[in-house]
Amino acid sequence: MVDQTDKSDALIQLRNISRVYGMGEAQVKALDGINLDIHKGEFVAIMGPSGSGKSTAMNVVGCLDVPTDGTYHFNGVEVAHLTQDQRALLRRHYLGFIFQGYNLLPRTSALQNVELPLIYKGMGRAERHAAATDALAKVGLAHRAHHDPSELSGGQQQRVAIARALAGNPEVILADEPTGNLDTKLSAEIMEVLQRLNEDEGLTIVMVTHEADMAAFAQRLIWMVDGQIERDSPTSKAA
Amino acid sequence: MLWETVRLAVQAIFRNALRSFLTVLGIVIGVGAVIAMVTVGQGSTEQVTADVEKLGTNMLMVMPGQDAMEGGPVGTAIQLFDIRMNDLLEEELSVIDVSAPLSMGRARAVFGNENRRTDVVGTDNRYFTAAQWEVERGRLFDVTELQSGKPVCVIGETVREDLFGTSDPVGEEIRIQNLSCEVIGLLKSKGASTFGSDQDDFVIMPIRTFQRRIAGNTDVSMFIVSVRDGVDTERAKTQVEAVMRDIRRIGRGEEDDFTVMDMKQLATMLSGITGILTGLLSAVAAVSLLVGGIGIMNIMLVSVTERTREIGIRLAIGAQAWQVLLQFLVEAIILSLFGGLIGIVIGLGMGLLGANMLSIPFRPDPQIVLLAFAFSAAVGVIFGFFPARRAARLNPIDALRRE
Ligand SMILES: Nc1ncnc2c1ncn2[C@@H]1O[C@H](COP(=O)(O)OP(=O)(O)O)[C@@H](O)[C@H]1O
Ligand SMILES: [Mg+2]
Repeated sequence: MVDQTDKSDALIQLRNISRVYGMGEAQVKALDGINLDIHKGEFVAIMGPSGSGKSTAMNVVGCLDVPTDGTYHFNGVEVAHLTQDQRALLRRHYLGFIFQGYNLLPRTSALQNVELPLIYKGMGRAERHAAATDALAKVGLAHRAHHDPSELSGGQQQRVAIARALAGNPEVILADEPTGNLDTKLSAEIMEVLQRLNEDEGLTIVMVTHEADMAAFAQRLIWMVDGQIERDSPTSKAA
Repeated sequence: MLWETVRLAVQAIFRNALRSFLTVLGIVIGVGAVIAMVTVGQGSTEQVTADVEKLGTNMLMVMPGQDAMEGGPVGTAIQLFDIRMNDLLEEELSVIDVSAPLSMGRARAVFGNENRRTDVVGTDNRYFTAAQWEVERGRLFDVTELQSGKPVCVIGETVREDLFGTSDPVGEEIRIQNLSCEVIGLLKSKGASTFGSDQDDFVIMPIRTFQRRIAGNTDVSMFIVSVRDGVDTERAKTQVEAVMRDIRRIGRGEEDDFTVMDMKQLATMLSGITGILTGLLSAVAAVSLLVGGIGIMNIMLVSVTERTREIGIRLAIGAQAWQVLLQFLVEAIILSLFGGLIGIVIGLGMGLLGANMLSIPFRPDPQIVLLAFAFSAAVGVIFGFFPARRAARLNPIDALRRE
C-alpha cells in the first residue's frame, strides 16, 4: 500500500493530485496536478483568488472528497481511493474540521456539540464529558458549556467549533476560512487560539484564508491560482 | 453506540415535542382505535356469553314453524302449540326437568293514575323454574289459581316501579285491558339483557287467565324447556325434536314444523356477530395505522431535508453511513413507539370509558396491546428506512454546502 519510490516523512503528501468536475465541454479542473508535502507540527495558510481550488484542496486533504487523479499519502498510507466508510474512519481518528459557517448543531449545547465526535469514537459518557470540558477550556469557553449556539456570539461559536475539532485529538486541523464571518478583533482571537494549539500542543494546522493578516499567523503560505500552487514560501513568522 | 443513538434520538424528539406529536398522531389514533375496539368488543362478547349463561345454558326454546329466527315461511298455516303438547313433551322425556308453556302479548297495565305498556305473559309456575326467576316479595301462583284461571298476577320490577313507586304492590289490584287483576308477587330484578331489552318489564298471569281474558284463544307461543342437571343439552335437544315430531304427527321424510333452539347456539351466534363487528372496526382502525405510518415517513423525509447540514456535520466528523442510517431509523422507531404508547394509553382509556357507558366488563387484551406495540415498531422500521437511507447516502460536501 505504501508507495516506496516516493516516500517521504511528510504527514500529508499529495502527488500530482487533480480534481475535475463535470464532463466534456463543461469540465472544470478545480485542482490541476498539485504536489504538496505538509509535515507534522506545521501551520500552513492557503490563499488565492476565489475559485482557485482552495476549498477543493482542503476537501481532498480532509478526505471528504476523492481526487480524480494522483496519489495521497497520509502518515505514509495511500488514502486517495479508500471507500467512503474508510475515509469516515480516517476523519474520525486523525482529522478535525473548522468551517466558515461554524456548522454547530442547533438547539444543542456547546458541550454536546463538542462531545459529538467523541460519541463516534465510542468514548464512554464520563470520559467524553471530561474530554469535551477540557477542549472547551482550551478555547476559553468552559463557562459557556451549557449554552446553545444561538446564545453565543459568532466568535464564541467558532471557538466551540475549534473545541469540537480538538476534542477528537486529531493529527491535523483543517480550517476553511475560519474567520470569514468574523470582524478583525474576533478573527484575531480565533487566530490566537489556533496559534497556541499549534505551538503548545504541536497540532498540524492547514487553514484557508482571504486575509493576509490571518495568514501571517502561519509559518508557511501557499498561494493557489487556477487549481495550481503558484507559490509556496515561509512567512515572516517562520523562525 | 446503539444506546447512545437511542439517547440522542429521544433528545431530538423532545427538542421538537409538538412536531413529534403531530407526526405520530396517525399512529396514536390508529393504535388507540384498535385497542379501544378490541377492548370493548371483548367486553361485550363476554357480557353476551354471561347473559346467555344467566338465562341458562340448560334451557331450550321450542317454537312453532321453521326458521323461527327468520320469521318462518310466509302464508303457510302452521299448526300452533297448545298446553297438551307441552305436558306430553314433559311427561315423555326423562332428560327434561320441566317444560313451561308460554303465551304472550302486549297490553297496558294501569294502577290508579299510572299506566305502562308492557309484555303480558301467560304461563304456570314451571316457567319460574325454567327461566330461573326468584320471588322478591309475595308468592307465585297456587293450584286453584292456575286451574280455574283466577285474575291474579306476578309483576316484574320495572312494572312495579312505574305503577307503584315506593308503595308495596302485593295485594293491590291492577287493570290489564278490561281485566282487574290482583298482584300476588314481585320478581327479583334481572336487569337489562344483552340486547338492551329490559327483562323486568312484564306481567305474568296463569296461562288459562291469559288465554280466556286477554288473548281470547287457546294458543301457546312457545315452550321453555329446562334440561335436567348433568344431561348434555345437545342430546336433550335431539330427543325433544324426536318427541315433538311424534306429538305433532310428522311423517317420515316430512320436515319439522317447529324449531328447537338452545342457549349455547344463541350465545355462539351472538358472540359471532360481536366478533365480526369487532373485526370490521379493527380493520378500519388498522387502515389508519397505515396512514399513520405514511405520515411518519413523510415527516422523516422532510426532517432529512431540513437536517441535511446536520448530517453533513456528522459525516465530516467521522460518522459512517450506517451510523447516520441507524440514527434516523432509531428516531423513526422511537417516534412511532412513543405514538404507540400514547395510543395504547388512550385506547385503554376509551375502552374503559366505553365499557362503563355500555355497562360491560372492561377486558383489555394484553396480546392486542403487545401486538399494537410491535406494530408501531414495525411501522417505524418500514417507514423510517427509506428516509434514513436517503440521509445515509448524502455526500458530506454537498450536505455541508446546503443551507
Ligand atoms: N461541486 C462542484 N461542481 C462543479 N464545480 C465545482 C464544484 N465545487 C467547486 N467547483 C468549481 O471548482 C473550482 C474551485 O472551487 P473551490 O475549490 O470552491 O474554490 P475556492 O475555495 O478557492 O474559492 C471553481 O471553479 C468552482 O466553480
Ligand atoms: Mg472556498
